[in-house]
Amino acid sequence: MSGHAKGPTRVVMVHPPLVRVVHWLNVIAIFIMVGSGWRIYDNVPIFHWLTFPIWLSIGGDPEITYRHNGDTGFSNALLWHFAAMWLLVLNGLVYLAYGIAAGRFRMKLFPLSPRAVLRDMIAAATFKLDHDDISKYNAVQKLLYLGVLCILALVVISGLAIWKPVQFWWLTNLLGGFQGARLVHFLCMSAIVAFVVIHVSLAILVPSTIKAMITGKARVPADTPPRAAE
Amino acid sequence: MDFRPFRSVNRPEGGVSQHSLVEHRKLIETVERRGFLRGAVSLGSLALLTGCDVSNDASIQKTLRLISEWNDRVQAFLFSPTRLAPTYSEAEVLNPPRFNAFYLKSQVKPVDIKSWKLELAGLVETRKSWTLDELNALPQVSQITRHVCVEGWDYIGKWSGIAFAEFLKRIGADTKAKYVTFKCYDGYSGTIDMASAMHPQTQLTLRYADQVLPDAYGFPVRIRIPTKLGYKTPKWITAIEVTNTYRGGYWEDRGYNFFGGI
Repeated sequence: MSGHAKGPTRVVMVHPPLVRVVHWLNVIAIFIMVGSGWRIYDNVPIFHWLTFPIWLSIGGDPEITYRHNGDTGFSNALLWHFAAMWLLVLNGLVYLAYGIAAGRFRMKLFPLSPRAVLRDMIAAATFKLDHDDISKYNAVQKLLYLGVLCILALVVISGLAIWKPVQFWWLTNLLGGFQGARLVHFLCMSAIVAFVVIHVSLAILVPSTIKAMITGKARVPADTPPRAAE
Repeated sequence: MDFRPFRSVNRPEGGVSQHSLVEHRKLIETVERRGFLRGAVSLGSLALLTGCDVSNDASIQKTLRLISEWNDRVQAFLFSPTRLAPTYSEAEVLNPPRFNAFYLKSQVKPVDIKSWKLELAGLVETRKSWTLDELNALPQVSQITRHVCVEGWDYIGKWSGIAFAEFLKRIGADTKAKYVTFKCYDGYSGTIDMASAMHPQTQLTLRYADQVLPDAYGFPVRIRIPTKLGYKTPKWITAIEVTNTYRGGYWEDRGYNFFGGI
């Protein structure tokens, strides 16, 4: 599980600068969107048994905010949410355009088969998954990354349906109306938070992946073809 | 789509009521010290990074509100003056509707209709004020649409009254003006853009579910705008002003988005 390759190795660029910049900007965007979203959710919870602690959400100190805005941070949370949405969307579009144009998606996320996912899941559960070459994603990784990309697209679409249920009424209807769109938006958030927990935990288990997302470089077996590493 | 100067001179710099910060400096510092202790475990306030309340920091507020003004422009662009809000059936109407104001339902001060009149100001030809009887005598329209609150709740309601575009025409309003501002009996106020004021479903409402507006829901007159969030639709209206000067509003002055379109 160490991520250190055995045998002859060399250092290759696994994440080009653009991917790294987009990744860390996305971290900021997700952090603000989820944090402010929790404060907004708390105003009218979808599930009465679930609210988020105010100290864990973004919107400012409740007492100070009450003095300024007459609420406990709802106004600030909305301001954060509708500001960071631009970062999330524009940053995401840059990533999508690059991923498609540069062939990164094709190279990193495909091919992907259910059989390979099952094989790698079993290997991971029995601690036999190979991390010698972090430039190549295993099938479980591919599935998770593809999945979170789709969820991110859906969180933006459902957000649009909540923001503009009249101008984009057809979109809101498609998601089951205004409250339906809120539920979809909430479930997407839950999936993203679950992904972040898994993603960060696994990155900590294989620390060379964190280094690679900062420096761009990783040590891989010498026989790795150069294109596959990019 | 340029409906507002990018920075209105009426808009406070760096957020609302900054002077109260100075007035209550001691108290706020105490609160902030407490806030810092809590901030030690707080992802939300980002307190670990700066040791203060980031969200209410003056320069952060200024930046966030500038982006909110940009969002006003985006929303004005997305707004279609002809696209109608979906309508629903009588059976779906919620009656009584959900109460909302910046105070509790028990704190509503009913309007004394004997002394009430609807006053007009600004860029209108006839500034004569209107009585409720006079408003009732105008042609009436109805709509069954969805009320959406910024907080996340919604309901379907039936509102009846005067098409607001017709009313503006009747009073000789300058429909090239940028804003329509409403003043209310309870101290509430609000400003909307002229394009939304002229939308065919924007209504000067006198009735809910075929009954005279109850005291708690805006009697005698409210504005109903199915293309906007609830806080953009003042109740208990006492004055309407057509103007090119941005006058803000109760929640708008407290950091809520000006356009508030849906």
